[in-house]
Amino acid sequence: MDFVSFLIQVLNSLQYGLLLFLVASGLTLVFGIMGIINLAHGSFYMVGAYLAFALTSLTGNLMLSIALGIPLAFVFGALLEWALFSHLYKRDHLEQVLLTYGLILIFEELRSLMVGDDVHGVTIPELFSASIPLSDNLSYPVYRLVISVVCLALAGGLYFLIQKTRLGMMIRAGSHDRDMVKALGIDINLLYRTVFALGVALAALAGMLAAPISSVYPGMGSSVLIISFVIVVIGGVGSVWGALVAALVIGFADTFGKVLLPDLAGLMVYLVMAVVLLWRPEGIFKKG
Amino acid sequence: MKKTQQKRRTVMQVMLGAFAGVLAGALVPLGAAQAAEKIKVGLMLPYTGTYAALGTAITNGFKQYVQEQGGKLGGYEVEYSVVDDESDPSKATENASKLVKRDSVDVLVGTVHSGVALAMAKVARDTKTLLVIPNAGADELTGPLCAPNVFRSSFSAWQPAYAMGKIVAERGHKNVVTVTWKYSFGEQSVAGFKEAFEKAGGKVAKELYLPFPNVEFQPFLTEIASLKPDAVFVFFAGGGAVKFVKDYDAAGLKRTIPLYGSGFLTDGTIDAMGGSGEGLLTTLHYADNLTNPKDQAFRKAYALAYKAQPDVYAVQGYDAAQMLKTGLDALKGAKFDKDAVAKAMETAKIDSPRGAFTLSKAHNPVQDIYLRKVEGRDNKLVGVAEKALADPARGCRM
Repeated sequence: MDFVSFLIQVLNSLQYGLLLFLVASGLTLVFGIMGIINLAHGSFYMVGAYLAFALTSLTGNLMLSIALGIPLAFVFGALLEWALFSHLYKRDHLEQVLLTYGLILIFEELRSLMVGDDVHGVTIPELFSASIPLSDNLSYPVYRLVISVVCLALAGGLYFLIQKTRLGMMIRAGSHDRDMVKALGIDINLLYRTVFALGVALAALAGMLAAPISSVYPGMGSSVLIISFVIVVIGGVGSVWGALVAALVIGFADTFGKVLLPDLAGLMVYLVMAVVLLWRPEGIFKKG
Repeated sequence: MKKTQQKRRTVMQVMLGAFAGVLAGALVPLGAAQAAEKIKVGLMLPYTGTYAALGTAITNGFKQYVQEQGGKLGGYEVEYSVVDDESDPSKATENASKLVKRDSVDVLVGTVHSGVALAMAKVARDTKTLLVIPNAGADELTGPLCAPNVFRSSFSAWQPAYAMGKIVAERGHKNVVTVTWKYSFGEQSVAGFKEAFEKAGGKVAKELYLPFPNVEFQPFLTEIASLKPDAVFVFFAGGGAVKFVKDYDAAGLKRTIPLYGSGFLTDGTIDAMGGSGEGLLTTLHYADNLTNPKDQAFRKAYALAYKAQPDVYAVQGYDAAQMLKTGLDALKGAKFDKDAVAKAMETAKIDSPRGAFTLSKAHNPVQDIYLRKVEGRDNKLVGVAEKALADPARGCRM
């Protein structure tokens, strides 16, 4: 590998890692703060991608679709929390797994009924459809760089929200001691509903952003679900900062694994997970 | 009260008696020429999951042929038992056994996923049931695992890839990189391509693999750009195919390094590629604008019946029914005898929408492989890449 290729592979790693972070951040919020094992998280990613496809066919503009899609996903998340997830907080993890697994099946079947099983594509917005030449024959699509920038901005935004705002303070408190927060007169139900809806909106946003480059196809949700859990576990459950670092680690492991150790590429991600967990069983950034 | 009950019982008894009489009457002429022998067909195909659309197309094609024959195949009324195999190999043996043992089907038809088809072939061999495979392309099915009662109406992974190997060499490319998923179908496609390409004097510089069904191609595109081969050959299908072609185009590689693929790269995926696929050359045993009248009639009837355009999968389902009919014809209305049916199927000449084909010794179609070019929303026929190409059936002892 020459130096230019190496630099481009580093860029690939960063870009892939940031996209993974976007999917995993919603999961780490819901899992870490609310204690819910949400297997349906990948389905929200899929819902987002199909939403982008449907709305773009209607409006003809991906950015407008995303602007419409985020509030839709947020409301959808709030409704789901109210109807189903709010009954799960006091229950066993096994029941959470059962419900969220059931949701995966329902979402897949609904998708099949409503949109069918064909593969669909979403066009990249005109504004970002250019490519930047990197070497004599390889160029980099601007849209991928835009995604990376959006992911970084979101990471910053989430950090600010959770560490620096009053809502963030309540969220952090709620994750430590639900009953104490309630005793202090904070509406914990509303708080949890917001966090859950935020998690769903993040997953859907990831799906919408990824739709033009990944295409939209059946089963796309389950492919990101496992890697998201790996990231949440490596990063330390509930830590947004940890999820970012873990996503980047996985991005590098996957990219360089494919290039340097092609025979072990499928194993790379899990090897990294095993090593990290041996070193820090609670994940890199587990607090208290 | 008691009386009515008794009365009811006698009525029942009379009816039962009459029923038994009818049954006995029906049984008497057995062996003589009879009007309505039945044949039970077990359709084991994916109706949910990633391959649901393929399973439906195959079923539609099969049923269309049966309809054209007036609901019968070779004079036998067709009765279906349908199972959704979910493309899940871990449930395959159980599902296939259920069809054979519980529903006692005469013929198994399935399936799309090669892993599931391998398990079905095992059940078919163990229970000596007739099996027609309408898609799954694993080389083994008509290779080491071939059997007198196992037939295929589709293709082997080797066939389209081998044809492409020759084409790529003919187009003057010397040095090629291949990319595919690391699973048997992908590996067999690359092996078929490499065999023909290197025989014609080319060299496969590097074989790149990524774990199935991973679709993060960027690291490979970077590697291809730095290796600078004359051309790239890939096998991908479905969502992976769409993403690869789009990424390849977006990385600017399509302009400098031509991309070739096994036909599945552009089957049912062109729309989703949104223009990135334009001009791609692929090889397959079917194309969108064949000129034979059989294909035109087939496409018209299919579009009318199902309000959808047929694809290669519908053709394979249609031909599975045709193969079965040829076998049943040989019985001339006698009781179902799978050995006689299989024997007749071996020598069948199938008038398929893809063009007529015969079967190899290992029961795989000996067929023309077409070179197609993506134009607009179609895989337009460019020419015949290989005429009457037979799978080498390596490892088949039959």
